[in-house]
Amino acid sequence: MNEASIIGLLEATVSFGALLYLAALGEMIAEKSGILNLGVEGMMAMGAVSGYVVALQTNNPWVALAAAVVAGALIGSIHGFFTVVLGAEQVVSGLSLTILGVGLAAYLGRGSVGRPPGAELVPVDWGLLSDIPWAGPVLFTQSPFVYMAVVAGCLSWFILWRTRLGLAVRAAGESASTTDAAGHSVAVIRMGAVAIGGGLAGAAGAYLTLSLTPQWQEGIVAGRGWIAVALVIFGAWRPGRVALGALLFGLTLALKTRLQTFGVEFSPILLSMLPYVLTVGVLVVISVRSRKRPSPAPAALGVAYRREER
Amino acid sequence: MAVSDLDHVGASKANRSEPLWLEGGAMRRQIFGLLAVVLSLTLVATACGSDSDSSTKAAFIYIGPPGDAGWTWAHEQGRQAAAEETGVETAFVEGVPEGTADFANYARDFIDQGFSVIFGTSFGYMDAMESLAAEYPDVVFDHIGGYKANGSNFGNTFGRMYDPRYLSGMVAGSVSTSNHLGYVAAFPIPEVIRGINAFTLGVREVNPDAHVEVVWTSTWFDPVVEGDSAQALLDKGADVIAMHQDSTAAGEKAEAAGARWVAYNSDMRAFAPEAFLTAPVWNWGPRYVEVIEQAAAGTYEGGYYWGSMADGIVDLAPIADDVDDIVKSAVAARKQQILDGTFHPFQGPINAQDGSVLVSSGDIMSDEEMLSMMVFVEGVIGSTG
Repeated sequence: MNEASIIGLLEATVSFGALLYLAALGEMIAEKSGILNLGVEGMMAMGAVSGYVVALQTNNPWVALAAAVVAGALIGSIHGFFTVVLGAEQVVSGLSLTILGVGLAAYLGRGSVGRPPGAELVPVDWGLLSDIPWAGPVLFTQSPFVYMAVVAGCLSWFILWRTRLGLAVRAAGESASTTDAAGHSVAVIRMGAVAIGGGLAGAAGAYLTLSLTPQWQEGIVAGRGWIAVALVIFGAWRPGRVALGALLFGLTLALKTRLQTFGVEFSPILLSMLPYVLTVGVLVVISVRSRKRPSPAPAALGVAYRREER
Repeated sequence: MAVSDLDHVGASKANRSEPLWLEGGAMRRQIFGLLAVVLSLTLVATACGSDSDSSTKAAFIYIGPPGDAGWTWAHEQGRQAAAEETGVETAFVEGVPEGTADFANYARDFIDQGFSVIFGTSFGYMDAMESLAAEYPDVVFDHIGGYKANGSNFGNTFGRMYDPRYLSGMVAGSVSTSNHLGYVAAFPIPEVIRGINAFTLGVREVNPDAHVEVVWTSTWFDPVVEGDSAQALLDKGADVIAMHQDSTAAGEKAEAAGARWVAYNSDMRAFAPEAFLTAPVWNWGPRYVEVIEQAAAGTYEGGYYWGSMADGIVDLAPIADDVDDIVKSAVAARKQQILDGTFHPFQGPINAQDGSVLVSSGDIMSDEEMLSMMVFVEGVIGSTG
């Protein structure tokens, strides 16, 4: 194992971590408002395909990214419409959204399969910072998406925990009727949170097709949306802990095939299971501890709100 | 995850008090709507089926989309070539998953429409094709890449990809300066191991000091994993990346790192123009023509066809312009010997990875040995299990 290999491992850890973090942040925001959205995989697929198709049309990666965010937000809003406006079962609607998003993305992307990318978001050069040994390649030559993930994480922490708007969002996830009584529209808050969550998932999808592996293929998300859903639970609905979890899960993705080049014999299939195993472990800890202190999950998560039923 | 989901389901059900018939009604309407669509599709399909004629028609069932520049793309090129050359009517359906009833449903649909030749282009269609062949003895089923045949209307087609793999190894070994080459590979099965071994033997013919390091991705198609595996090999100092995968991700990583790339399936140079060296490629057209003509003449025998470079089913894509002419002529000379039958990539002496003798001097591996190959040759870094 040489130095370049270790740097490469850390670089891939940060890069995959940011991919998972973008999607998980979106899911965390939606869940904080009380809406569970299991459609992350589908929203990422829609973001991935929209970004790639628009990049082919415009050759502008930033326009492509914007399209991916809008596509993710739009398809996320379908879930919002069913669960918030119609009060539909959130698990069923979210699973449908995954199937819809993955299928629709495959359909929309048919003409883009096998075509070289129209535009890419290339790694950022931070000048002197990028030349620092170890830290340079690991932290300062990453894709713009990595820095977007950091900014999005800080912003979501600030807004959720330091502003009145954030208080209203969190309140909607804890007790919708109280939020309503306080004069906030639960429907607007939840719709907004789900749409923003979809936008972030769309950005994560675009990270795949505009930066990480600039190409479109059906199935390119490959289950990473589900890791993001697990990550929210693993991170106990806190942006900081979700970030740590993202790095840890990113490490398992980076190790998946790299372990072989380190000469370590360990099944990549077992390694792929690790995020889920860790999440189940955290769920066990949460449920054991919940006898003494409240669960970190938003109390009204998954519960439809109708004013008449108050 | 699962535990939490169940919690949410439970919680929302407990808190819900609206009449259940409301949702049930909506769901019933959806089901009726769906039924109506399915029924009308069935009517259309039946109507189409009734006007079948006796002339040969060939249907192709693909695992992926034909635009993927990889496996399915190569088959689609073959279908188009066969349609043009034989003049028979052809049709295809794409993205049919393995291990589901979908394959049989599409095949039956084609047969009802009068198609008399069914090509299944993925390994996992094998058992479905075998049972359909027994059910429809008048229809020819030609399966790509499996190991079953029934001696009448169900046969197997594949190509000796190890020949162009060997030649691509000669090109790769010639351009490597670090003598460390990487190979991103899907699964440790004989087909893939055979390719890695042939590539390595080609590399070491021209560069005896070189090693080929293998990374298994455990997927045929996941560009993120394929690209990262290539990156791991590049980080370790590999300056040429070869692959047995269906996406172009490994090539893109090689391009970004200033390394070189041996592609697979088709000429993928558009994806990494600087890195691209060459590619062992499939050319299914001639075989498809042969099967269709045999089916039309009633001479299809349902055997095992393992075509060679001389048959034209496999080939080497044109070598990149910047590769030295000496290398190109050495590769051309070897290719000619393979075509003439005077050279075989698996002719002895060949040592196994652990240094033991795999093929003695003067011997050539039999087809059975090659089809069950599960050990690496000397010069490969990695494990087959």
